[in-house]
Amino acid sequence: MAKKNKKTQKNKSKKTQPKKGFHFEYDEALESTAVVKLKKKYGLFIGGEFKASKSGKTFKTENPATGEKLAELALADKKDVDSAVQAAKKAFKAWSELSGKERGKYLFRIARLIQERSREFAVLETLDGGKPIKESRDVDIPLAANHFFYYAGWADKLDYAFPGKKIKPVGVCGQIIPWNFPLLMAAWKLAPALAAGNTVVLKPAEQTSLTALLLAEVIQEAELPKGVVNIITGEGKTGAALVDHPDVKKIAFTGSTDIGKTIAKAIAGSDKKLTLELGGKSANIIFEDAAIDQAVEGIVNGIFFNQGHVCCAGSRVLVQESIKDEVIAKLKKRMSTLRVGNPLDKNTDVGAINSKEQLEKINSLVAIGKKEGGRFHEVDCALPKKGYYCKPCFFEGQTPASTLSRVEVFGPVLSIMTFRTPDEAVKIANDSNYGLAAGIWSEKSSKIHKIASELKAGVIWGNTYNKFDPAAPFGGYKESGFGREGGLHGLYPYVEVR
Amino acid sequence: MMDISIKTHKGKIAIPRYAIDMVGADERAASFTKRSIKKKSKLDALYCAISMTDLTTLEGADTVEKVRQLCAKAVNPVPPYIQHTLEGAKDLKAIPCVAAVCVYPNMVPIAAECLEGTGIEIAAVATAFPSGQFPLNLKLKDVDKTINYGATEIDMVISRGEFLEGKYQKVFNEIAAVKEVCKGRAHLKVILETGELKTYDNVRMASWLAMEAGADFIKTSTGKVSPAATMPVTLVMLQAIADYYRLKGKKIGMKPAGGIRTAKQAVHYLVMVNEVLGEDWLTKDLFRFGASSLLDDLLRQIFKQATGQYFDTDMFSI
Amino acid sequence: MENQSLKINKTIKLYIGGQFPRTESGRSFVHKIKGTNKPYANVCQSSRKDFRNAVEAAKGAQTAWEKRAAFNRSQILYRVAEMIEGKKEEFIDLFKTTMGMTKTQATNAVELGRDAFVYYAGFCDKFQQVIGSINCVSGPFHNFSSPTAMGVVTLVESDEFDFQNLCASLAAIIASGNTVVAILGQSCPSVLAPLAEVLATSDLPGGVVNLLTGNIEELYAVIGGHREVQSVNFQFGSKEMLRTIKESGASNMKRIVSAKKPALCLERITDHVEIKSVWHPIGV
Repeated sequence: MAKKNKKTQKNKSKKTQPKKGFHFEYDEALESTAVVKLKKKYGLFIGGEFKASKSGKTFKTENPATGEKLAELALADKKDVDSAVQAAKKAFKAWSELSGKERGKYLFRIARLIQERSREFAVLETLDGGKPIKESRDVDIPLAANHFFYYAGWADKLDYAFPGKKIKPVGVCGQIIPWNFPLLMAAWKLAPALAAGNTVVLKPAEQTSLTALLLAEVIQEAELPKGVVNIITGEGKTGAALVDHPDVKKIAFTGSTDIGKTIAKAIAGSDKKLTLELGGKSANIIFEDAAIDQAVEGIVNGIFFNQGHVCCAGSRVLVQESIKDEVIAKLKKRMSTLRVGNPLDKNTDVGAINSKEQLEKINSLVAIGKKEGGRFHEVDCALPKKGYYCKPCFFEGQTPASTLSRVEVFGPVLSIMTFRTPDEAVKIANDSNYGLAAGIWSEKSSKIHKIASELKAGVIWGNTYNKFDPAAPFGGYKESGFGREGGLHGLYPYVEVR
Repeated sequence: MMDISIKTHKGKIAIPRYAIDMVGADERAASFTKRSIKKKSKLDALYCAISMTDLTTLEGADTVEKVRQLCAKAVNPVPPYIQHTLEGAKDLKAIPCVAAVCVYPNMVPIAAECLEGTGIEIAAVATAFPSGQFPLNLKLKDVDKTINYGATEIDMVISRGEFLEGKYQKVFNEIAAVKEVCKGRAHLKVILETGELKTYDNVRMASWLAMEAGADFIKTSTGKVSPAATMPVTLVMLQAIADYYRLKGKKIGMKPAGGIRTAKQAVHYLVMVNEVLGEDWLTKDLFRFGASSLLDDLLRQIFKQATGQYFDTDMFSI
Repeated sequence: MENQSLKINKTIKLYIGGQFPRTESGRSFVHKIKGTNKPYANVCQSSRKDFRNAVEAAKGAQTAWEKRAAFNRSQILYRVAEMIEGKKEEFIDLFKTTMGMTKTQATNAVELGRDAFVYYAGFCDKFQQVIGSINCVSGPFHNFSSPTAMGVVTLVESDEFDFQNLCASLAAIIASGNTVVAILGQSCPSVLAPLAEVLATSDLPGGVVNLLTGNIEELYAVIGGHREVQSVNFQFGSKEMLRTIKESGASNMKRIVSAKKPALCLERITDHVEIKSVWHPIGV
């Protein structure tokens, strides 16, 4: 047999080798969901316990990848908000008087527990929010744990953060977070607040509450004193009740600029402290002396990361005229390798749009872009039949006045413009109500530093994009909000300095 | 930085200094390792990788018998005594032979004799491999003699010393001269020895220089310098090939060599080729692995896919 | 009567863009001596248009002011202090005459104001080191955060005149590269004249500090809605006005501060700066 086989091999050797390139289609590599035990109903986490809403009302949360219902969540109304705030108020004295060292140890515990249950968090995040498992696994969950680790270490070193000053915590903080990075935003909000000795009522977005509720379990497991963190689920009205509550001393909100403005107005007559992380229309500027292949990666990462549901997304690409054709040719080619589809597939690069409403909003803005006459290009790929999906796309030949150059889409839709000189790039980049982030691509670092100093944006990525780290302050200029999250500066909003 | 101007017999050409951002290239290269290649796609990739392997021995201690053994394995990667274990396995096709055997010039006649009629290429390292520190006329004689011995592919080294001295014209001339000797007789692979060029900017420029000078393939390493092939270095070279094709319309092949020992690594490289250059390059005519121990791991993984059992690598050894 | 020369009364004009215009509205009000009904001088009653002009001037001057070397801003602020010193007697006279201060009190007030400029002059190139940071991120990136100016700040002064507070407020706002439109309180509006003359002759570029006098009741409603104004420092004390400014200020997410602070402190600067974090790869 051996001999026969050898002969066959010899004769057929040419035949068995692919003459043309072989079609390398990756098989589906689904992440198992067995690690997640979904409950049918979830309660509100108030005073360390899970309870139903007082009204008994609930709402449903769905998987945007399929449109199927995942669970029923308690709908908190004014009374529930009040009991959560009261629980936080009751817990404040003991928590704020606890030594920083002990507070820090609780935060370290939470960080470790998130790491230990990271797979469960990742799968749940993807199920509830539609983001690719690759991202929830490699970005959201590790960064959330890291954020707790980072601020855990500050808790007993606040004297170094505010040298020569006397500080005290603010009190009960009301924190409202968005649906694009549910667990990570919860971590961004909770960790500095707790480190500084505040107690919290946190309201996750109604579309994506499940990982916050899993975090509540972790908080229970960490034996955090009851009432220090309260997590209430609900809709806009729930958030409004939290904002309006007289015993809430500080509001921290991440979300749309419209709602941010509403909140700012709502508390205008009070002494409440406020920090806002709002929208953006961030410019990603590609100079002709950039490393083009890496810049193209930066464009892709800037706008297609998390389906473009990123407040700092590089949604305006400004490319120097002399390299426009090369950049666009390479971008198209690169986009053709993006894998759009089931978020649980480990090979998926672009997952599901977070909700039906968001998909409709994106589609309507794309329609406006088309109507305004931008040259449109989208990835040629099949989309799943069920669920909410959008093909990654861009508009070329845009102007600073184009709707898509001004309005935040919060989806995988890119607006591309050209510029001629560095001054012009800065001018176009700053020509926005927003000022959250910007990217600068050039191999000339003196140019990067000059442009960085002239851009009105809170986060500048030189030769990279969409990088986050607990040690790096994040936040915007202008209508992108105020206050910083992350780093030493992330502590400022959570203390009163005397 | 100014582009490099090179004189050729057709006139002056420019070798662009094309910037590479190291951190970005490293990140992108790492992203390919996040692909999860399972089931049939994995099996297909493993087969493909075998067919692209330049099974290599480049030792001072190489002997006639050693090369004979290597050639036998090249023709028949799976030892006959375990072939029965694959019978009836799902999705299993006949294991292909490798693309080429790669040896020192002295061993070429042996390899040529062993591989006659198999379609397996006979690759030989020449031009004073691995250092390249010989006079050009000796290098050219080396190449000529090696082809006369029966080599169908020449893996030459560039003069890294001269490259680092900025004598790009000299480096170019050498490659072009070797190409003249090879023309119509053997395929030319140009080894950049990226581990000595150090920066990605250098790798990119050397890639372009080699392609302009007539390389059919560009190759990372001799295997004698550490690091040998890495994912980011290969990425930089693949992107140079992509640009060369976009601008000049000519498809150049790529050969990472050295350091690729596991099937998992090989699959990552194939994912990278697939996503940077596309499936046109997923053929032995345009992509090769320079490796020795890789083949056994590829076989091991194929047997795992086919039989559900992990085989001991010793079972496949020469 | 013939040998007695008629006194020339000084009209207090506005200070906008380095110039001394009268209010475009052609209105004035009387600065009365504290605790009396006696007029001291006629002062411009600024209109909303004057406010807009002042914001334009401040906006026009801002980028160049911010781009100056911090050391240079420091030198200029110190120069302001030198010029106050030169006009010391004029300030003392004014405070004595209009505010009912004793000579010692008036001298003290001027010296405190002067020293506030000295204090913030010294801070121009140092607060960045105090509140900036190198952020040790995971990965091959150099990452640093530094404070930058917000842009145009509107300062609304309290009616309780405090020269040190006025000087500290102005100096702290411009130390980081902001420019300012200050609406002075009504208790000593005539301070505009010597102060503006100090500023105009102290190498401070026109438009960096703009001073208005008038009735805040007329002006407060437009502050929040002016989109060229990035930040408001509201010291006037009226909760209702503050609320209106905050509500209308939400239109462009103005940074609004109103808490009282010690005259000399870092927080006066940090109230009006934005933190910018810059990432850059580390590679070859």
